Amino acid sequence: MIKPGKMMIQVLQSLFKKPATTLYPFVKTEMPDKFRGKLKYYPERCIGCMLCVKDCPSDAIVIKKIGEKKFQAEINLARCISCGQCVDSCPKDALETTKEFELAKLNREQLKVVCNEETCSSSETKT
Amino acid sequence: MGKYDFKIPIGPQHPALKEPESFLLTMHGEKIASMTVRLGYNHRGIEKACEAQTYIRDIYLIERVCGICSHSHATCFVQAVEEIAALEVPKRAIYIRTLIAELERIHSHLLWLGVAGHEIGFDTLLMYTWRDREVVMDILAMLTGNRVNYGMNTIGGVRRDITPEQIPQILKAIDTLEERTKYYIQVATEETTIIKRLSGVGVLSYDDAVRLGAVGPTARASGVERDIRRDDPYAAYGELTFNVITDKHCDVYGRAVVRVCELMESYKMIRQILADLPDGPIAVKAPRKIPAGQALSRYEAPRGEDVHYVKANGTDKPERVKVRAPTLANVQVVAHMLKDGYLADMPIVIAAIDPCFSCTDRLISVKDTDGGDKNIMTWPALHSSSIEWYRKRGIDFSDLNRRFKVPEN
Amino acid sequence: MMANVFFNVLIFPGFLFIVVFGMAAEYVDRKFCAKLQNRIGPPWYQPFADLVKLVAKEDIIPEEADAGIFKLMPVMAVTASITAFLYIPLWQTQALFSFYGDLIVVIYLLTIPTLALFLGGWYSRGVFSRIGATRTMTQFFAYEIPLFLAILAPAMLADSWSLSEITVFYSRHLWLLLLNSAGFAIALVALLGKLERVPFDIPEAETEIVAGTLTEYSGRLLAFFRIAIDIELVVGSSLLAAVFLPFGLNLGFTLGFVLYLVKVLFIVALISLLRTIFARLRIDQMINFCWKYVAPVAFLQLIVDLVVKGIIKQ
Repeated sequence: MIKPGKMMIQVLQSLFKKPATTLYPFVKTEMPDKFRGKLKYYPERCIGCMLCVKDCPSDAIVIKKIGEKKFQAEINLARCISCGQCVDSCPKDALETTKEFELAKLNREQLKVVCNEETCSSSETKT
Repeated sequence: MGKYDFKIPIGPQHPALKEPESFLLTMHGEKIASMTVRLGYNHRGIEKACEAQTYIRDIYLIERVCGICSHSHATCFVQAVEEIAALEVPKRAIYIRTLIAELERIHSHLLWLGVAGHEIGFDTLLMYTWRDREVVMDILAMLTGNRVNYGMNTIGGVRRDITPEQIPQILKAIDTLEERTKYYIQVATEETTIIKRLSGVGVLSYDDAVRLGAVGPTARASGVERDIRRDDPYAAYGELTFNVITDKHCDVYGRAVVRVCELMESYKMIRQILADLPDGPIAVKAPRKIPAGQALSRYEAPRGEDVHYVKANGTDKPERVKVRAPTLANVQVVAHMLKDGYLADMPIVIAAIDPCFSCTDRLISVKDTDGGDKNIMTWPALHSSSIEWYRKRGIDFSDLNRRFKVPEN
Repeated sequence: MMANVFFNVLIFPGFLFIVVFGMAAEYVDRKFCAKLQNRIGPPWYQPFADLVKLVAKEDIIPEEADAGIFKLMPVMAVTASITAFLYIPLWQTQALFSFYGDLIVVIYLLTIPTLALFLGGWYSRGVFSRIGATRTMTQFFAYEIPLFLAILAPAMLADSWSLSEITVFYSRHLWLLLLNSAGFAIALVALLGKLERVPFDIPEAETEIVAGTLTEYSGRLLAFFRIAIDIELVVGSSLLAAVFLPFGLNLGFTLGFVLYLVKVLFIVALISLLRTIFARLRIDQMINFCWKYVAPVAFLQLIVDLVVKGIIKQ
């Protein structure tokens, strides 16, 4: 039956429901597990095979040798598209994606992250 | 052109368009006399860039052709490459690909419903449908790790598996969405103002749809029964049972009905997929160098038929990749539909073909209208000809106070 | 005596009160609309923040526009709306200023903002502004007659052309209010057209003609137009409250003032509700609808009131 104002009942019912939006940034939502956010690098597991460098679609990661069997990764977060191909290509699971997605900075230089033994042995990367 | 005709630029920047494209309308009062379409504002050179990257990197590049139908493009490309390399993709991977494809169709059609509501000034429909779209986005984020640009495909299969705990969550989400979609079907068919705005607008008869080459829901609303999922089955569609939705209305209202009914079909298909999900590996190892050959792969994106052509030459980089997005076939229909229409109908008619101009703008060959032969420009020639074009119109880049004259074309 | 008049005109219930109340009414409209759409909505200071932001921006006047008229129109719109407010009885049966025939003057003053929008858009000389301006005028011919008839009907029953005397009449015969319910509905629909809200926001259709008549306006001129639109909302609602809901007008200042606020915000809430459940109509559909359904009901209301007046006189 065609009548105007078909949505009236639902619309009035919404007055009593919880709103569907949240007051971000004061209220933050949790991302699901396995969400592809910022990259995390384990320097102790890296063997320097450079497969991640070969497969990165935007050339965001560069692996440098800084000592005998010691490597460091320079990740440019501005270029990283969070596709996770490096995570899949790595034969030693030295890369992992985390749930952190609020990566905005005011200066482009601050987005270049250097990860090696001192800066990220097991936890946060230096920004 | 009559004495009181004037031209309106539904130009590159306009609130009616989500992406830049130039439609120049010649108006006679409130009626549209004719329309010229100019494409190319979103051309990013993706096809050329694909030739310089390896196949693994190209998946992500092709995925970013469009945000809403990203999985369509990625799957179509990967299917073409797998056909050239003659890889036997495991069944579980095929089913997972189909599941993500149907979830993407749901998300795209709900997005379209909201955008259509916004174009006719019905913001409440926009808010409600996008609220329900969040359910699908959350499921996709849980399955694939991202809300758009899923990155699920790799050459030879998929990258992630579905765990048994995720299946009940997906089914519960589908139940919620089915209930909401039934409500939207009611609203679309019974609300007076929506029917008034959508009926009789953008009429495209069956013969015109076939002649002008419309694809997807735009053609199916005119009674053309074409669906790649049934006519040329790819992925797991050969084993699923579903209906192809067509409609006799031939106008924007018919397109809305087709899309909403396709949502219901998608829910049925997802339940079938989850019930019959086979066990097994999720990928086979693909070689880095693909042997020489060429393949054409077709895919039913939410907007219509998507065609990818890949030519390999034995190295690890493709020789040529060509993408023909569905909107390119549909945008030629818009000029025909808008003739003798009202200006107020312009946004909803353009939105009814579900335009995705990022998909559309690929390689364009320029035809010299004076000489009549095609002319492919090289980069230095393009650079110098653009400087000359501005100088002829009196714009000299050294002078900051410039006056623009609208060119007569 | 003069100080009293100045206080009344400039502060309360004059200029300052109207501007603040206009912003409060806009907040109520946006917040209620948001809640109906299942979202949170803006905070209470949002309309004020919008105005402050606009005032801080640069006014850009297009080269081909007529600068004099371009700058004059927002001011004209604001002054006409505020002047109309001074003749409407708010919480007592006597308006701030009243004379015989002020009903016609109020309706006339309320057409001036529409004219200002039309002229401002026409003299902006852009394509979108001109289309918006012509649509404003076309829509004007559709809703103005029903609005006038709907407000005329209670006036005929009360046998007076002065708003203050109309309210006095109805305060004495409260049951006659129910006769005017059809007129109330018609006036509400016509008010939607005057205020350019969905389903009649055709002149300002964002997705078709960018912003209609206000396309070329920016900075302080746009701030003035926005204030004019807010004040029009309050003035229109107050007019409807005075003509169709004139009860409780002799309850003294505090209680009467609260009752007045409740009445106006109730009408604003009704306008918001109508905004959320309809789509925008096309201009030809709107004119069809107004002349086929709205105007006949307005005529009917007028006839009913005339008949009842004849019965009462006996």
